[in-house]
Amino acid sequence: MPQLFHRSMNTISRVSIVGVTLLIGGLGYLAWAVNQSPYYTRAKLQLEQPVPFSHKHHTMDDGIDCRYCHTSVENSGFAGIPSTETCMTCHSQIWTNSVMLEPVRASYATGHSLEWARVNALPDFVYFNHSIHVKKGIGCTTCHGQLGEMPITWKENTLYMRWCIDCHKHPEQYVRHREDVFRPVYDPPKDQIAMGRQLVKDYKIRSLITCDTCHR
Amino acid sequence: MAKHMKDLKPQDAPTDLVQIAAQPGSARARFWRSVEEWEGDGAVEKAAAKEFPRGRVPNTGPGGLNRRDLLKIMGASAGLAGLTACTKLPPERIVPYVRQPEEFVPGIPLFYATAMPFGGVGRGLLVESHMGRPTKVEGNPDHSSSLGGTDVFGQASVLTLYDPDRSQTPSHFGKVASWEQFIEDLGNHLVDERSTGGKGLRILTGTITSPTLADQIQSLLNEFPGARWHQYEPCGRDAAREGSRLAFGQYASSVYRLDKAEVVLSLDSDFMFGEPGSLRYARDFAGRRRMTDPSGSSNRLYAVESTPSVTGSLADHRLQLRSSAVEGLARALASAVGVGGGGSSEPPTGVPADWIAAVANDLKAHRGASLVVTGDRQPAAVHALVHAMNQALGNAGQTVVYTAPLEANPTDETKSLKDLVTAMDAGQVRTLILMGVNPIYNAPADVPFLAAMQKVDFRVHLGLFIDETAAQCHWQIPEAHYLEAWGDVRCYDGTVSIIQPLIAPLYGGRSALEMLAILRGQTYASAHDVVRDYWQREAVAGRVTAGGAGFENFWETSLNNGWVEGTAFAPKQAAANAGAIPASSAAIAEGLELVLLPSPSLWDGSLASNAWLQELPQPFTKLTWDNALLISPGTAAQLGLKREDVVKVQVEGREISAPVFILPGQATNSLTLHLGYGRTLAGAVGTGVGANAYSIRTSLAPWIITGVRLAKTNATYHLVTTQNNHLIEQNGQRSEEESDAAFDRRVVRVGTLDEYRSNPEFAQDPPDMTTEAQSLYPPYDYSQGYSWGMSIDLNTCIGCNACVVACYAENNIAVVGKDEVDNGRDMQWIRVDTYFRGDLENPEAYNEIMLCQHCENAPCEYVCPVGATVHSPEGLNLMVYNRCVGTRYCSNNCPYKVRRFNFKLYSDWETPSFYPLRNPDVTVRSRGVMEKCTYCVQRIMETKIKAEREDRVVEDGEILTACQQTCPTEAIVFGNLNDPNSKVTKLKAQRRDYGLLRDLNTRPRTTYLARLKNPNPEIKG
Repeated sequence: MPQLFHRSMNTISRVSIVGVTLLIGGLGYLAWAVNQSPYYTRAKLQLEQPVPFSHKHHTMDDGIDCRYCHTSVENSGFAGIPSTETCMTCHSQIWTNSVMLEPVRASYATGHSLEWARVNALPDFVYFNHSIHVKKGIGCTTCHGQLGEMPITWKENTLYMRWCIDCHKHPEQYVRHREDVFRPVYDPPKDQIAMGRQLVKDYKIRSLITCDTCHR
Repeated sequence: MAKHMKDLKPQDAPTDLVQIAAQPGSARARFWRSVEEWEGDGAVEKAAAKEFPRGRVPNTGPGGLNRRDLLKIMGASAGLAGLTACTKLPPERIVPYVRQPEEFVPGIPLFYATAMPFGGVGRGLLVESHMGRPTKVEGNPDHSSSLGGTDVFGQASVLTLYDPDRSQTPSHFGKVASWEQFIEDLGNHLVDERSTGGKGLRILTGTITSPTLADQIQSLLNEFPGARWHQYEPCGRDAAREGSRLAFGQYASSVYRLDKAEVVLSLDSDFMFGEPGSLRYARDFAGRRRMTDPSGSSNRLYAVESTPSVTGSLADHRLQLRSSAVEGLARALASAVGVGGGGSSEPPTGVPADWIAAVANDLKAHRGASLVVTGDRQPAAVHALVHAMNQALGNAGQTVVYTAPLEANPTDETKSLKDLVTAMDAGQVRTLILMGVNPIYNAPADVPFLAAMQKVDFRVHLGLFIDETAAQCHWQIPEAHYLEAWGDVRCYDGTVSIIQPLIAPLYGGRSALEMLAILRGQTYASAHDVVRDYWQREAVAGRVTAGGAGFENFWETSLNNGWVEGTAFAPKQAAANAGAIPASSAAIAEGLELVLLPSPSLWDGSLASNAWLQELPQPFTKLTWDNALLISPGTAAQLGLKREDVVKVQVEGREISAPVFILPGQATNSLTLHLGYGRTLAGAVGTGVGANAYSIRTSLAPWIITGVRLAKTNATYHLVTTQNNHLIEQNGQRSEEESDAAFDRRVVRVGTLDEYRSNPEFAQDPPDMTTEAQSLYPPYDYSQGYSWGMSIDLNTCIGCNACVVACYAENNIAVVGKDEVDNGRDMQWIRVDTYFRGDLENPEAYNEIMLCQHCENAPCEYVCPVGATVHSPEGLNLMVYNRCVGTRYCSNNCPYKVRRFNFKLYSDWETPSFYPLRNPDVTVRSRGVMEKCTYCVQRIMETKIKAEREDRVVEDGEILTACQQTCPTEAIVFGNLNDPNSKVTKLKAQRRDYGLLRDLNTRPRTTYLARLKNPNPEIKG
């Protein structure tokens, strides 16, 4: 009986077995890479804003506290975006002729709101609450990155659920003293784990990973 | 009349129903939910084993779906479903304020006190506002009219605010026009009116209790001395007013003090639903029957009624009696309790011999602590007799007090409407202003409003909707909703509440106050100033005490509290003159009677555009999206009628077609038809739903019509009821062996007070049914932190549906429409199951609130392949929408049938006006997702976060679920089971506490307190 397949079939089949495995693996890796990439997560992307607001300048050079603008961060789920009036408390006095600030003045004069591009957004089925995180010693920069070093604000982290859960499972790795919560640039101390464990006890931090913590 | 119709007479051939009903001793101990279940071949109980009892597979199109097509579609769906997971978050904008208002904290709702006028009378409310958007109505817990409770109408009013079918702009002959054009046109006509002293000017409103509005109308009448003001409320209280005039010689309002009443007799009254004081009455009544232990005492309710009512469902003795025979009963009772005149000793037929004597003895034994009430549907003579009875029983001043009338200008409204029609017909009316009324739809059939109105030169309609009347007017002016307008209103005890708006008018509508200002030439007067000015004048005149701090403080306090201090009417001394009560009217008519009642969902029809109310299963019938001719099983059998047969109801030359619905508990030869349906112009939701009962209603017999004839047609009409939609299996089996006999699970547990006292354990499961530790999993320790649970008191639940609508509003629940309800796909997370017991003709009815039981061994959790429904350490059965892939295994495995699946995209994601309605704290669900009661987890989380921010634990009563908060009788209590002092822990410690289907080892967290009856031992049977 003659051979059904040509001899070269041996090579072809070997190559294709390896090739298909690699291809599937490669496609998987590609999907993962896209999923993690700034293209998909929008992390580290600098969005176009009506006014190129610099957190670096306002917090570091001017020393303005986060809560001057984000007024409700300690008592509401939503940290609050400052009204035009808040901007104008200073900018009616300084940089009154700045071209960059023209949209702010126009907003104040016309009563039309500034429309900022949202940098940190969560899906609508996620209910995040700023006030409780701040209360429990989670600093602004833990999630939002070193804002004191951002000339224009970008999203520092993916805000994926896995990323949330990481901290919810190991809060001691991230918690800090309450008085440090609003520091715009913060580097964890060398003894973070030891300090973290103590703070988890002191602040009665529970590792909440049940679904209703965020999904309602 | 069509030739296929035949006249029906009671002698027609009996059917199976009659035979069953006539069987001696057919009173069954079992509970049943519908006539079909009672008929009892076991089919309904068998169907209860399935998730969808009727097993219908709809929407397969013509020819259905074959296996190949199904596989193709499944394959395509699977592929496409994978792709949809790849969506990126859409870019979003953040739009902050230019100037942020004070007190506004983004993310934290504010609550404002206001009041809702309903039938002209107010209920005190507290309305939740998210960033300026009213989203949820609650009762004002400090307000005498509600004490925190609300009803279906209050809860649903927020949907009316955002109704996309609302009138949105002034229109002239149906064409969009500007306010300026209207004001100019009106001005021209008013110039003419002014020259004649306003002789041709007429105003028609509903019942008005608002002091400011009445004052404004009076000012207008002063400017136009010839003008007239007419009032007409279709479901108004003419009989009660006339009854008080008969008894006392002047108009008076009755205020019941049910907290003082030991024995209550309700003569065809639904005093716990829909009346001005209903919310308070329900609260006070329930307070007198809340049992803490067997030594406690309970009030006793006798209910006489022709159709089952919310009030009657709590009765200890319910007597089915034709509404037209109630007057005879009232006269016999009056005579028995010692009323001098007006009485008669002849009881009407159908009343058991011992009944009157026993009730009269009970009432007399509780002098000063008994109460007789009657309903708006009963004639004035019955109201007068009731006043005389309460006087004779020493109740006046104790359990009932009389006050000045609530109405600013009490009048016979039917006569008022007739006068207007006469004047219009005679050509005396040149300018007609209609404010918030729809007489072309709801005027009595013998009052030819439309024909007369067309003789009026200039007709203006102010209303929320372009309704039947608006379509016949020259101008339609959008009215401001009560949540958009300033005003004031009187509540059941005379207390005035200032209505403060939650939001600026969405469509630039004007309130009645502003319309009056326009009529008086003050085009741009603000209602706020008008109301404030009125109360400032009242304060200056010393009629209200502004206190030492001045008017500004008085005004702020009144707004903040939600009522004006010191405006409640003082009780009046009034002596009922029984001699003035007219002697009995004509002999009681034989044959069929028809009782027209306001719909328990749509009321007088003005709410027809409200989809929450349309889809609400009506009490007892569980009918949705329709009204039907309610008829007792025996009468139906005698007439040869089956459910869904269309009959023609003929009254004095008028007729109406309506489908028949057989309702156990309906009095023999008495038919009931709800008003409020059959609208011809009520938007996309309300138009063409049901039959218009106003078309056979006359001014002489607005409620009870005797001498009705029925004619059967060959047509049938499909009625949709949820009676058999989510059935709980009443039979249990101890094991899976065939030989194991089924046992009764006692889904509803009822005992008498005496039974409870002699055997406090009567509601408990037998000892061998305890299911502790029958689990392969190690038990979970819930003893740390919070552990949530709920207790529902069947002894106080009246089944009023308020919790169902509250759940709609709080949890963004979608409406599915009639067809989908028919498929068993209604989305309500909480439902009121009605169980009947006993004879088909005269059953007892019991309400059972059913919602997710949050089982500790939840059957739904084991079967979810993706972990979308899981348990929290605090005992909540969580539903995670974003994990759910829609296998529906969970709902298939739920013995309580409380899970709801989004078979289609039921949530309206398109209509912009619904965006602001939604509760921002709850996810709006999409297609293919399971949902169910969450114990209002959003409220739990918010409160827990607040407590942790303040370094404390959540206090008892701090978290109220939406159903609990709205419940007029406080039948639902939620709280922390780990707190030994919490209300819910104490309730669950009662021996009346029982869990449903505990034999399945589900360990439910929602448990029930058994119903107790307090029968009069003198009445047998």
